[in-house]
Amino acid sequence: MYLYDDYDKSLIRQRVEQFRDQVVRHQRGELSDEQFLPLRLQNGVYHQRHSHMLRVAIPYGTLSSRQMRALAEVSEQWDRGVGHFTTRHNVQFNWVRLEDTPEILAYLADFDMHTIQTSGNCVRGITIDALAGVAADEAVDPRPFAELLRQWATLNPEFAFLPRKFKIALSGAEEDRVLLRSNDVGLQLYHNASGEIVARVFAGGGLGRTPIIGRLICDALPWQHFLSYITAIVRVFNRYGRRDNKYKARIKILLQALGIENFVREIESEWQHLKDGPAKLTETEYRRVAACFATALPPVSADDATTPLCHDKEFLRWKKRNVRPHKIDGYANVTLSTKPGPGAAPGDLISFQMQAIADWAERFCRGEIRISHEQNVVLAGIRQEDLYTLWSLAKPFALAASNIGLITDIMACPGTDFCGIGNARSIPLVHAIQSRFDDLDYVHDLGDLTLKLNGCMNACAHHQLADIGILGVEKNGEEWFQITLGGEAGNRPKLGKVVGAALKADQVAETVEKIVAVFLSHRRESEVFADTFERIGIAAFKAAIYSNKNGSSAS
Amino acid sequence: MKKIINGQIQPPAVVEDHWKLVRGSLAEISNHGQSATILPFSLWRELRQAGAQLDPDKTAIWLSAEDDFRDEIDAILALPLVAIDFPDFRDGRGYSIAYLLRTRYGFKGELRAIGDVLRDQLFYMHRCGFTSFDVRADKDIAEALKGLQTGFSVRYQGSADDPVPLFRKRQEAELAGE
Repeated sequence: MYLYDDYDKSLIRQRVEQFRDQVVRHQRGELSDEQFLPLRLQNGVYHQRHSHMLRVAIPYGTLSSRQMRALAEVSEQWDRGVGHFTTRHNVQFNWVRLEDTPEILAYLADFDMHTIQTSGNCVRGITIDALAGVAADEAVDPRPFAELLRQWATLNPEFAFLPRKFKIALSGAEEDRVLLRSNDVGLQLYHNASGEIVARVFAGGGLGRTPIIGRLICDALPWQHFLSYITAIVRVFNRYGRRDNKYKARIKILLQALGIENFVREIESEWQHLKDGPAKLTETEYRRVAACFATALPPVSADDATTPLCHDKEFLRWKKRNVRPHKIDGYANVTLSTKPGPGAAPGDLISFQMQAIADWAERFCRGEIRISHEQNVVLAGIRQEDLYTLWSLAKPFALAASNIGLITDIMACPGTDFCGIGNARSIPLVHAIQSRFDDLDYVHDLGDLTLKLNGCMNACAHHQLADIGILGVEKNGEEWFQITLGGEAGNRPKLGKVVGAALKADQVAETVEKIVAVFLSHRRESEVFADTFERIGIAAFKAAIYSNKNGSSAS
Repeated sequence: MKKIINGQIQPPAVVEDHWKLVRGSLAEISNHGQSATILPFSLWRELRQAGAQLDPDKTAIWLSAEDDFRDEIDAILALPLVAIDFPDFRDGRGYSIAYLLRTRYGFKGELRAIGDVLRDQLFYMHRCGFTSFDVRADKDIAEALKGLQTGFSVRYQGSADDPVPLFRKRQEAELAGE
């Protein structure tokens, strides 16, 4: 992990003191609500439905056992014992008091944690693959670059008041697990023919109200220029992005307005002034940062390289879904599901679960924990021989659900139970769907099937990229849900198609069952949902869903 | 007399200011008589094109974020003061314009932030190259000055105030330590 030195620590400390003063001035009436708003947002403080919410950064999804325990402590001391892990490497505490936030930030600073730029119209936290550095299909470890970009973005004086938020994702693997083309900028790292690290740069992607798949704007950007090139992009965005309408303010709209050629020309011409300037990254700095991420795993002898023979069906099922290969033989990467079914909201961890995960990480994988954008917890580099023990420990903590990538591994936002901008409740629907899919054999037989549920257009849970996407909309004071089918994340990102008129909340779970029934009746052998959908199209699903006037007029 | 924050001196201070800001029409100028005036960029350009004799020591301009000033850059660089308008403190275009004026075009005069200029943005503005701050009239300018006094000692990235990012300094510190 990257270790903060005195520079990093002082910056976080000074930020806490700055915010402490701003909170006091706001309380005294010296800062109006309007003036305070962007200041608190850029410190992760939201005003929600029932309380204030604090969004803490987990830079590029990695945290130590010590930091995880600190989060558990925050939840105990200032919240209600729960942390909600989001789809962008953040954790949210939903029940904090505004006046406590400076104290919480000071506490977090002791553990090198902060809330800087977790919200607001600025460059947000950089997201990467939860399997960065350990995935078998990875060419380049994106973590050093994510850290360098974090530093570049942090309190960047020019880019604190952008037209809208700006999100960057990095990946160095063959499979895109970070939605490179659904971010404002996505960098796909690879080695060129001479073995140097370069990146394909995608820009102008995004979900939300106007979902757009990002475009390739540069084919092989040398790593030394990552900061200068992204500076050029953000500067063009800052100067020319729309500011008259928040729904048209993201860079994707600017790209469309300018057209791809003009857009690229603007960026290239800006970049020409910057590329060989002081922001050009140096070999020394890259090595310094990269060294922090190097983990030397002791070789595992051939005898220990495999999981001990085990006939426990439950364990084998878990191993099949939740364990992925590590790039070093004898080790594996484990995903702990935060979605055991009704009773737990996706992404939520109770404080004692956080503490337990911290303990297991220390015991089995050098005290390092990752949070995936699917809101699950990844423990990387676990010895094969430890898998059974880890699974047995996780079981009583409701962290051993064997459902990664299955229909019950639902990505969902907190919805209007908490969120101030939501239109509909998400969590009860998640549970209604999970209860209908409680037969494990059946769920496993369905295979890879993504279901993502959002309480509003903001699309934090990426419903447009799911096999089955569900979007809550509000019409005349009532909650309605729009279903999309056939969306896809990964290397061939595709937006789902709206299946028809929106449904009422109590029809949704039943509708998901109907969709699955159509899939099963057309499925060839062990085909996955996406392939069946690709083959048969949306008509059959539409017919099944709306066969007995199930639909409504609220489309 | 009106007061502004001068951020070019150490330590920054509240000082009296003799510049008159002209927001609108020519009529305003005549009222100012012989005062030093900050003219809207478009008006300044029109006056110059019409052959007006403008006193170089008493003429400055202010830019809105929409003004395309590139064709006039040589004349701008000769001005003693350029102001950049913030119609709303949340409109961040002025930061990029200031940065470009300082670094790309090499403007050496006084660069002033005008409009919705508030204490909590002064540190970032100063980093982007602003040297004076015409704080919003309803705010206590002495309070606002604290925005420059309590900045951050650590700056990860380069900007107009210091183009060298921290990573290059870390490197130098390391070399010096060896």
